[in-house]
Amino acid sequence: MNVKEKIIEKILAFCALVTVFTTIGIILILAIEAVGFFSQVSIVEFLTSTKWTPLFTQKSYGILPLLSGTFLTTVIAISVALPVGLTIAIYLNEYASKRFRQILKPLLEILAVVPTVVYGFFALMIVTPFLKTFIPELSGFNALSPGIVMGIMIIPFVSSLSEDALSSVPNSLRQASFGMGSTKFQTAFRVMVPAASSGIVVSAILAVSRAIGETMIVAIAAGQQPRFGFDPTVPIETITAYIVQVSMGDVPHGSLAYKTIFAAGITLFIFTFILNNISYWIKERYQEEYE
Amino acid sequence: MGLTATILCLLILAIFIGFIIYQGVGRLSWDFLISLPSRFAERSGIYTAWIGTLWVLVLTTLISFPLGVGAGIYLEEYGKKNKLNKFLEINIANLAGVPSIIYGLLGLEVFVRLMNMGSSILAGSLTLALLILPIIIVSTREAIRAVPSTIKEASVALGASKWQTIWNQILPASFGGILTGVILAISRAVGETAPLIVVGALAYVPFAPQGPLDEFTVLPIQIFNWVSRPQHEFAINAAAAIIILLLITFIMNGIAVYMRHRWQRKIDW
Amino acid sequence: MEVKSEASGPKATRVKTEPRVNSENQTYKLRAKNIDVFYGDFQAIHDISLDIIDNSITAFIGPSGCGKSTFLRLFNRMNDYIDGFSMNGQILLEGQDIYDPSVNVEELRKKIGMVFQKPNPFPKSIFENVAYGLRIQGIKDKDFIEQRVVESLKQATLFEEVKDDLDKQALALSGGQQQRLCMARTLAVKPSVLLMDEPTSALDPISTAKIEELITELKKKYTIAIVTHNMQQAGRISDNTVFLYMGKLVEYGDTQKIFTNPEKDRTQNYITGRFG
Repeated sequence: MNVKEKIIEKILAFCALVTVFTTIGIILILAIEAVGFFSQVSIVEFLTSTKWTPLFTQKSYGILPLLSGTFLTTVIAISVALPVGLTIAIYLNEYASKRFRQILKPLLEILAVVPTVVYGFFALMIVTPFLKTFIPELSGFNALSPGIVMGIMIIPFVSSLSEDALSSVPNSLRQASFGMGSTKFQTAFRVMVPAASSGIVVSAILAVSRAIGETMIVAIAAGQQPRFGFDPTVPIETITAYIVQVSMGDVPHGSLAYKTIFAAGITLFIFTFILNNISYWIKERYQEEYE
Repeated sequence: MGLTATILCLLILAIFIGFIIYQGVGRLSWDFLISLPSRFAERSGIYTAWIGTLWVLVLTTLISFPLGVGAGIYLEEYGKKNKLNKFLEINIANLAGVPSIIYGLLGLEVFVRLMNMGSSILAGSLTLALLILPIIIVSTREAIRAVPSTIKEASVALGASKWQTIWNQILPASFGGILTGVILAISRAVGETAPLIVVGALAYVPFAPQGPLDEFTVLPIQIFNWVSRPQHEFAINAAAAIIILLLITFIMNGIAVYMRHRWQRKIDW
Repeated sequence: MEVKSEASGPKATRVKTEPRVNSENQTYKLRAKNIDVFYGDFQAIHDISLDIIDNSITAFIGPSGCGKSTFLRLFNRMNDYIDGFSMNGQILLEGQDIYDPSVNVEELRKKIGMVFQKPNPFPKSIFENVAYGLRIQGIKDKDFIEQRVVESLKQATLFEEVKDDLDKQALALSGGQQQRLCMARTLAVKPSVLLMDEPTSALDPISTAKIEELITELKKKYTIAIVTHNMQQAGRISDNTVFLYMGKLVEYGDTQKIFTNPEKDRTQNYITGRFG
């Protein structure tokens, strides 16, 4: 009987350990392949060159163009998702009636469950042509359209995390503000938002991390031209889109071109890893505040 | 202002979906569902794609369900409040934030190459299973935590062992919540494209897969492939395939939401 | 679970047996010897020793937070699950140290049943609630289980009220019925000791009266330890009363005596309602 219990516990522990193996696996394979890559390409070139042309005859291995592309789409996405998501969160938490909230929230969640490849289609087929009517010089592939669509996709993510942060602010604070004669608007923006600021910062950081790692929207609608610069109207390429581009092609295993996707991957991983840990750290500290 | 923003979001969503339906619904037919892919847009179908998606769905569930629920039980019921448990928690939170395409790189190196599975359904499903594992673990833990501790105490006080208590009391009481989480996670896996592309799922598969070690494609990759082509006819195919993909996703999410609703009502102890 | 039982340290392998008979020829079911309990750095119980006599009702009284529930839960090792719990001293059931590493905790809990503060039936049928303790022992004999379920429900004076809907959800019963179901569930395992942690605190007066009647009836066959914050209840049903204050044993003795002529002023003050 006791032996059975012990075996079950071991099995369950193994299940939990799979997550550790996953992390170790990710770090190991990225590190090993990246070491292979950097034994052939100098790290200085990788970090400073403004050309990324591993698939051309004239090869150059500067990550900066992919980074600028990633940065560009991320900034656009966040400047859509953060204000809109936060506004929705404040509205749902401070203004909407309970019943209305119960209807709106699941509807907003739909935005989050639509597969990203579908958003890519939206960006390419709807948003880009639509934007072209205002910005005629916009290319068919550009950073602006997928950036905006990515922003729309992340809205429910931002709004639900911010809403959690807002609703964990003690009600007494709100009462106090009303008691001093503040309006609803003043209470929301001068009291509730600052009080929930750390939670909102967490949602913003996680949203950035999400946008950096987003793949299909940019792979479909942003183009495949690594370009160092910050013009949102021309085709660019993000880190993630590059990995997809190489994976779709016939790059022989073990070649330098094959290793580039791991060099790109480890760059992506480092960024998201740092962001996720910062947000986790803030969350841990902040959770104690109101308990 | 807040209401405007909310409505605007929903409106955009409605426009997007309306556009898809407008473009794609005319292309939907029985033939579209049972035709193999072709160079000619009007002869192409999504047969291999949805069969592939079905395979991936089933295998991913079989792999991730026991692993995720097992890990959730361990962390909630066996894990002690020590550094190891804390580490496991941070690790899972971190994994949940790793971009899906990185899982693709992991799957490519470990399953496809190291374990020699090739770009098979099994390799793809294992990759997706790891990807959704954090989601299943977190929702399992939440569901277990919602079971009142008085139930656990009552069982233990009658002489039940830890596992007997988990199996006879905790799991039945939290099963609805666990299942909801699993369905949501699987629905996420069904929509994933990037990791499968990296693992090597093909855009063009001439025949439907017969077993877990066959090469495959899935609906999202088929859509990606069609979207990437310049001809307008393929875009229409993509729209039609998207309707099917959205249907699958929405149905799964609908079931999950319904179950969560029912389950929350039931556990009014 | 860090059960740090110092008494069972070096001499752990030797199970100690103690004389169980006192001068008046009563036998002790349970003996607690020099018990200290800690939650982390906080000491919840300070050096308590006491003996519980066979086939009697012993009531534990004292203000909230005095450690009476903690003390009760030592007897079936329910504190083992609490983070930071550790203890010194020995608890002997029929002369055997229950914190000895060789003791099978599950077996122990079959001998020492427990009824909780809030009725906590499983979200199953009435029948399955009572049968649960038997099923987890691996008993499959349907007739045996049914017979034991009926017998236990009768013992808990619940049978007449539920005999026609044994398949009904236990959660549909009233609070008082639920608590008697929990009693039946415990009795079905045939324990020799019953621990009750404020079993009537969540019930109305009529249900409370029924439970008290039941407890007095059960005394004939079981040794009962009951925690209560209800002074009258302790006075009505118990043979012996233990008064705890801030984790220390203030007074222990015959209920009659404690309620009419306590030795300590503090006991007097608590019983007459001047504090607590």
